[in-house]
Amino acid sequence: MKKRKKTYLKNRVIFVDEQLIKNGIRIDGRKLDELRPIEAKVGVLKNADGSAFFRLGNTMAVAGVFGPRKVYPKHEEQAEKAILRTQYKMAPFATETRGRPGPNRRSTEISMVTRNSLLPVIFVEEYPKTAIDVHIEVLQADASTRCVGINAAALALADAGVPMRDLVSSCSAGKVNDTVVLDVAGKEDTEGELDLPIAYYPKRNQITLLQMDGIADSSEVKKIIQLAVKGCKQIYEKQKEALRSKYALEKMDDVIS
Amino acid sequence: MNEEKTETKRKLVIPGDELGEGRAGHGTYEENGKVYSSCIGLAEEKNGILFVIPLSGIYNPKRGDGVIGKVESIIFSKWIIDINSPYEAVLSLSEATDEFIDTTKVELTKYIDYEELIFAEIMSITKTKNIQLSMRNRKCRKLRGGRIIKVTPAKVPRIIGRSGSMVEMIKEITGTQVVVGQNGIVWVKGENEEIAAEAVLEIEQKSHVSGLTDHIKAMLEKKMVGQKKQNTYVNEEKKEEEDLFEKEEEDIFEK
Repeated sequence: MKKRKKTYLKNRVIFVDEQLIKNGIRIDGRKLDELRPIEAKVGVLKNADGSAFFRLGNTMAVAGVFGPRKVYPKHEEQAEKAILRTQYKMAPFATETRGRPGPNRRSTEISMVTRNSLLPVIFVEEYPKTAIDVHIEVLQADASTRCVGINAAALALADAGVPMRDLVSSCSAGKVNDTVVLDVAGKEDTEGELDLPIAYYPKRNQITLLQMDGIADSSEVKKIIQLAVKGCKQIYEKQKEALRSKYALEKMDDVIS
Repeated sequence: MNEEKTETKRKLVIPGDELGEGRAGHGTYEENGKVYSSCIGLAEEKNGILFVIPLSGIYNPKRGDGVIGKVESIIFSKWIIDINSPYEAVLSLSEATDEFIDTTKVELTKYIDYEELIFAEIMSITKTKNIQLSMRNRKCRKLRGGRIIKVTPAKVPRIIGRSGSMVEMIKEITGTQVVVGQNGIVWVKGENEEIAAEAVLEIEQKSHVSGLTDHIKAMLEKKMVGQKKQNTYVNEEKKEEEDLFEKEEEDIFEK
């Protein structure tokens, strides 16, 4: 058997009959429990208080954080804690067919689940009567956009100096051709049987987001979640590295001309 | 020398990093008997208290901080001051001046008008973040003219320097008045305020560099030489006029 090459960045050519998994190697050349290449950058925007860029293969997102700042409209203000507002958006050019700009049912839902997944790690009680605004813009979509958005948002929040217990890492796992795989992408997402994104709170070993699209029995679901947690741990390391490198660079910048 | 020694002890931490056992100071939290960092910053220990000096984030008001604020509105006998934080501060009339003022006859704008800048001290701050300012300290005053520079509040200690060494240096070399608020607002006024402002921004950008003081000193001296060449004739009359104007305004307070 010929070995498949890693060509996930050029997988524009689609073979109609091709199997999604052959000999334990997936359509884009990855192993079953392998993530797509990760890229994380902190402090990419100048005007936001904190910002981050996160890429998982072809899916990429930018997150910007403002605050804690005054709450407008005033009636949303809470006397003893800060409110967290998240906005998930997808650029019109993010998908293959142009997406209509503006909020829709899907983005409203994802904004909500993103908020719920980030809230447990933030010390909202430290800044009463304020708002923390998180804006996530998906630049390119190729499955698990909400996961990439959450990863970027967690980094941006830390960069903005919002007091946090820990970062949040997120990734998806699923079932393709009756096999459990990590980080569903591309054709696997559209043709696979199941997609399960989770957000993970590493310090407490808790899950803050769990959604599922597809059918599976309980033992399978358990297996999928375990695999997704494994992926999240890898992402967590990358996030920490990205965060450290921004501030370490500043520290070591000894070159003065 | 001393500065560098303490620098090396500090460790860069990010949210969730374990700091060890002890009492949790600011920038940290305790969970299961251990202390963790809650922000990006430099970890330090003092008398068994673990704390983190943040490297980013907004200004968090503390009691005793000297801040620069702008008058946002005036209600009865109070000024509402914007101090570059999510919470607005209140300066009451009794804290601003010692003299008796009949608010039914005199407008408060006569003392501090809208949009005017003041340097004041945070007298008290409650859990619900009600901030009261005071101008009773001798340092506190109204800031007339000049310009303000907004910097990251986390970098203010670097601008001030060890016991004010950095600010004193800028003042000395450029001959400008410089007031640094803990809330990340720096006010400069004087002939060479542009150079002073540049120096402040340079400090903000290179705040983690060791030997920063020397670098800034060299930069300032170089700039000052260039400046002197440009205008050899200093308009002294203008300067005198300004001084007079200032004295008159100060009289209103001191009467």
